[in-house]
Amino acid sequence: MSAALAEGHIASAVQADGPPAIQLDKVNKWYGTMHVLRDISLQVATGERVVVCGPSGSGKSTMIRCINRLEQHQEGRILVDGTELTDDVRSLDAIRREVGMVFQSFNLFPHLTILENCTLAPIWVRRMPKKDAEELAMEYLRRVKIPEQANKYPGQLSGGQQQRVAIARALCMKPKIMLFDEPTSALDPEMIKEVLDTMVGLAEDGMTMVVVTHEMGFAQQVADRVIFMDRGEVVEQGPPEQIFNRPSTDRLKLFLSQILRGH
Amino acid sequence: MSDISLGSSVAGVPEAAPRQPPALTTGPAAWMRANLFSSWLNTAVTLVMAYFILRWALSFIDWAFINAIWSVPNNQTQACRALKGSDHPGACWAVITEKHRFILFGTYPYEQHWRPALVCVLFTALFVVSAMRRFWRWELAIVWAVTLTVIGVLMWGGVLGLEFVPQERWGGLPITLILATFGLAFAFPLAIMVALGRRSSMPAIRVLCIAYVEIIRGVPLISLLFMASVMFPLFLPEGINIDKLLRAQVAVILFAGAYLAEVVRGGLQALPKGQYEAADALGLSYWHKTGFIILPQALRLVIPPLVNTFIGFFKDTSLVLIIGIFDLLTAGKTAIVEPAWQGFGVEVYIAISLIYFIYCFAMSRYSQNLEAELNRHRVR
Repeated sequence: MSAALAEGHIASAVQADGPPAIQLDKVNKWYGTMHVLRDISLQVATGERVVVCGPSGSGKSTMIRCINRLEQHQEGRILVDGTELTDDVRSLDAIRREVGMVFQSFNLFPHLTILENCTLAPIWVRRMPKKDAEELAMEYLRRVKIPEQANKYPGQLSGGQQQRVAIARALCMKPKIMLFDEPTSALDPEMIKEVLDTMVGLAEDGMTMVVVTHEMGFAQQVADRVIFMDRGEVVEQGPPEQIFNRPSTDRLKLFLSQILRGH
Repeated sequence: MSDISLGSSVAGVPEAAPRQPPALTTGPAAWMRANLFSSWLNTAVTLVMAYFILRWALSFIDWAFINAIWSVPNNQTQACRALKGSDHPGACWAVITEKHRFILFGTYPYEQHWRPALVCVLFTALFVVSAMRRFWRWELAIVWAVTLTVIGVLMWGGVLGLEFVPQERWGGLPITLILATFGLAFAFPLAIMVALGRRSSMPAIRVLCIAYVEIIRGVPLISLLFMASVMFPLFLPEGINIDKLLRAQVAVILFAGAYLAEVVRGGLQALPKGQYEAADALGLSYWHKTGFIILPQALRLVIPPLVNTFIGFFKDTSLVLIIGIFDLLTAGKTAIVEPAWQGFGVEVYIAISLIYFIYCFAMSRYSQNLEAELNRHRVR
């Protein structure tokens, strides 16, 4: 983490033209009577890297999971790549093809080998020939630096390796947008760096990324914008330098003091 | 950091040789000591139990082998009856020698017995081939279809110069194998669909599946069989008559389907939610997700209860006796109705139990193997 902090900020590749990659308009969501997302409005441009942070229970995971409809919002509109998320299965499948997701608990398929994990969706969703899919998978496994594990099962890999496989698996679908839901929270400290390095590499390539994380070093190095959420609301947002050094709300100040004490 | 490396041993101190575990913590002697003779009370219990088991085993061997009569001439059972009443009773296996063809094949025409015999061999071969993982390919479905057709032709006849044998005359082991095999072959896919349907987001499908499971599970198999054999024909239009065996078969399928569906549902629920979400996030369609991610894992998880249900059903097929179908058990019962052979039920039931046991034990051992093999990915 500290190594990532020391390096300078990665140059952004945000493209202003064209529709935003992700657009949320006054999105509301309730679990029963609990209001978990309150009037969230947000735009993520193509090539932009957004880091979402906030205390636990602030709705940041719920928000990111609404973007590929693992959770359903009840009010407002969510547009991904110009397509609105509705109950229409076909548009949903189309969106999910373009949005990759990495989970806190990896969620690799334990009964399939690493290679099969990576080739399953390209073969059956993208209709790619098996051989091409395997070549593509090996290319991404090399990129996350574990090609030698291709024929092992997820249970034989360490947590950090599993998470890198999960990233490779998502990349094999050649998504336009990558969502990361606390990708390092379930990892032992010595494995966090290898996963963050992979994500930094991805950011350098200009991938549109929305990352829910507590890794402030990663946010400072990579993020174009940091969004601070609390109690289901976007409280503050801006470039990392502004959010971390000149917080304007008490809630953010409190949050920063808490996580800094933790480190 | 200093230059001291923690990995290497300190110079001058020889590395300890790997030590053997202390004597008497492994091996059969240690096992007996730990499990049978660990205290005075345990030793006493062990000795008393050993005494009774030995005594029982010795007298069983006397009865079953040493004093037993293996054959008698022309249904003359006086020797057997004399032996039964003597001080050293023995088994009269002559009843098996004499009646085995009736027990195995029921009232099937005697000179045609090679046909049901071949059917039993075909069924068993089909099980063995299907059990081998290297044959798990789509071609196996063709093998099943062909074999089951051949079995039907052999049993019914009426073509290829085979004499026609009406279903009423079938009996014995082929009936048991037919009911169990067709029963499970159709009930299992049905069960998977129902289990998936119970978790469907579509209310109509969900309600239908729940109703099916609850209604079928709520009545005994016997009443289902009665309905199939007595009530069902009343609703059919005049002149249409569905084979009695087929009706019983449908009842067995429906019954097994409901139970298996709940077993499969257990597996579906045991899967972490993350597996569903990961498949969704990759854009897999419902059927791809179910076929590649959910079912392979869910079914592996429930192999033990699944095989438990399979074995239970294999034996439950004997309930068809109440609607007058001659399965293995009924054929055995009927074999000893004849006055000459009355009173030799024990021998017949032991022989029949042995046949059931062979099939059930094979299933049980196979499932343990399959479980170990399919869950290898969980072992590090």
